[in-house]
Amino acid sequence: MKIKSSEITPEWLYLSRRKFIKGVAAATTGALIASGCAAPTGPGPATPEPAAARASDTPIVPPAAESAATATPQAVPPADAAPTAGASTDELGDKLTSHEAITTYNNYYEFTMNKEAVAFVAKDFRTRPWTVAVGGLVHKPKTFDIEELLRKYPQEERIYRLRCVEAWSMVIPWLGFPLGSLLREVEPMSQARYVRFETVLDPREMGGQRDSWVDWPYVEGLRLDEAMHDLTILATGLYGKLLLPQNGAPLRLVAPWKYGFKSIKGIVKIDLVAEQPTSLWMATAPEEYGFYANVNPAVAHPRWSQATERRIGELSRRKTLPFNGYAGQVAGLYAGLDLRQDY
Amino acid sequence: MHQSPTSRRARLLQGVIHLASLAPLAATIWAGLHGDLTANPIQAIIQRAGRYALILLTASLACAPLSSIFELRVAIRWRRPLGLYAFMYAALHFGVFVAVDYGFDLVLLREAIFEKRFALVGFAAGLVLLALAITSTRGWARRLGRRWEQLHRLVYVAGLLAVIHYAWAVKADIRQPLAWGAVIVLLLILRLPPVRH
Repeated sequence: MKIKSSEITPEWLYLSRRKFIKGVAAATTGALIASGCAAPTGPGPATPEPAAARASDTPIVPPAAESAATATPQAVPPADAAPTAGASTDELGDKLTSHEAITTYNNYYEFTMNKEAVAFVAKDFRTRPWTVAVGGLVHKPKTFDIEELLRKYPQEERIYRLRCVEAWSMVIPWLGFPLGSLLREVEPMSQARYVRFETVLDPREMGGQRDSWVDWPYVEGLRLDEAMHDLTILATGLYGKLLLPQNGAPLRLVAPWKYGFKSIKGIVKIDLVAEQPTSLWMATAPEEYGFYANVNPAVAHPRWSQATERRIGELSRRKTLPFNGYAGQVAGLYAGLDLRQDY
Repeated sequence: MHQSPTSRRARLLQGVIHLASLAPLAATIWAGLHGDLTANPIQAIIQRAGRYALILLTASLACAPLSSIFELRVAIRWRRPLGLYAFMYAALHFGVFVAVDYGFDLVLLREAIFEKRFALVGFAAGLVLLALAITSTRGWARRLGRRWEQLHRLVYVAGLLAVIHYAWAVKADIRQPLAWGAVIVLLLILRLPPVRH
C-alpha cells in the first residue's frame, strides 16, 4: 500500500488527534444543543457536521502506517540550515517545488508587490521576539511566545499543494502543527463560530504597509470547523527548517484547499468570533474575493479563468483540481453550500 | 554621394532607436539563458513582452507631437519602427501565451481569451496592431490614400485597450496602468487640431 506522506504521523500525535476529535465531537454536540440545532439562515456557516462524518473526513493514520512514522525533530533547525524533506513528492506523486523557487517567488504585499523582490526586501525582518495573542470568545485567552509554540507542539511535516489565486501553484513541505491544537488549548466558547487572524502591523519594518491603497493590517478568517480541520496547520517552517521572512515567518496559516491568499503570514493575533470576519481582500475587492476562497476550477475569478494553473517549475499548464485535490477530506464541510454563491 | 551632417545625425539617431527597441529582447533572452526569469519564467516573459509593447507603443505615439509641437522634425521617422517593434513585442506576448503557456490547447484558449474581458481587450488591441503592422508599408499607404491615415488613428484605440488589459490584469493596485493611460490620453490631446496649432 502506498502511504501518503501527509499520513505519516507519530503515534502519540495520532492518539492525541483521536482524543481531539472526540473533544471536537463533544464540543460540536454541545454547540448544537446550545443553538437548539437550528439550521443557520442566510449565507452563514453550515451546521457543524455530525462527529462521525468529521472523523471519516479527517485523514487518520491507519494502524499499519504507524510503524512507518518518522520521529519528528524536537528542535527545528534555523532558517539558514540546509533544506531537507521527508519525501520527494506529494500524495498525488507531484514533485516538491524547489526550495529556491519557494523562497524567491512570494506574494507578500506588506513588503513589496514584486514577487521576486520580497526575499530581498524582507531579509532583515525581525521575527524574534514574537508573540501571538489568542483571544476573543475563548475561556482561556493567552498570549503565546513563538518559542513556546515551537516547544509545546511537535512540528510535523505536511506536504501540501499551494494554489495561488493568480493561477500558479507549488508543492511545499511545510513544518507546523494543527491550528486545532492551539484553539483547543484556549477553549473556544460555544458562541465562537469563526476564527479571525491578523498579521503584524509594522510599517517601519514592512515598507508595503506605508502604502495606503489597502487598510492594513492583513486580516483573514476561517469558519471554526475549517480551522479545526486536521488539514489546517500553523506553519513554522518548510523544507525541514524554520520559515524565512518571505514565507511568513515566524508563523503563518496553511489551509491547502483554499487559494493561497487565505494563508495569512506573520500572524500576531488570533481571535475566536461570532460573526464572519471581513478579510483584507474582501474589503479591498468585494466583487472579486469572497470569504471561502476554496480552490474551484468551475468558478472563475471575475477577470480570469481558474480552470488551469501553472505549476512552478513546469512548462505547460495543468488542470486545477476541485479543493486543490483535497476534496475527499474537505468537501463535506460545504455540504448544502452553493459554491458559486459562496466563493 | 555627399551626406549632410543633419542626415548623418538622423541616421545615428535612427540606429539608437533600433538598438533601444531590441535591447529588451536581448536582455530577456540573456536572463532566460542564465535562469534569471524568476521561478515563473513563462509568466515573466509574457509580462516583460507586454510591458515593452506598451512602452514602445507609447513612444511611437509621442513621435508626432515631438515632431510638430516640439520641432524635433526627425522624430516623425521613428514612429513607424517604434510601432513595428511594439507589435513585435505584442506578438511575443501573445505567442508565448498561446504556444508555451497553453500549448495550443484550443479549448482552454477559447475559454481563457473569449470568456474573460481582460484577455479579450488585450486580444482586440493585438488585432488592431496586426492590421496596422500589415498596412504599415509605403505600398499600403499609397493604395489606401486618405483612408490610410484614418486607419492608423486606431493606434490610439490599441493603446487604450492595452492599458485597460493591463489594469484588469493586476490584482488591485491599478496606479501603474492609470499612469500609462494618462500618458496616452495626453499624447492624444496633443494631436487634436486646436492644441496642435
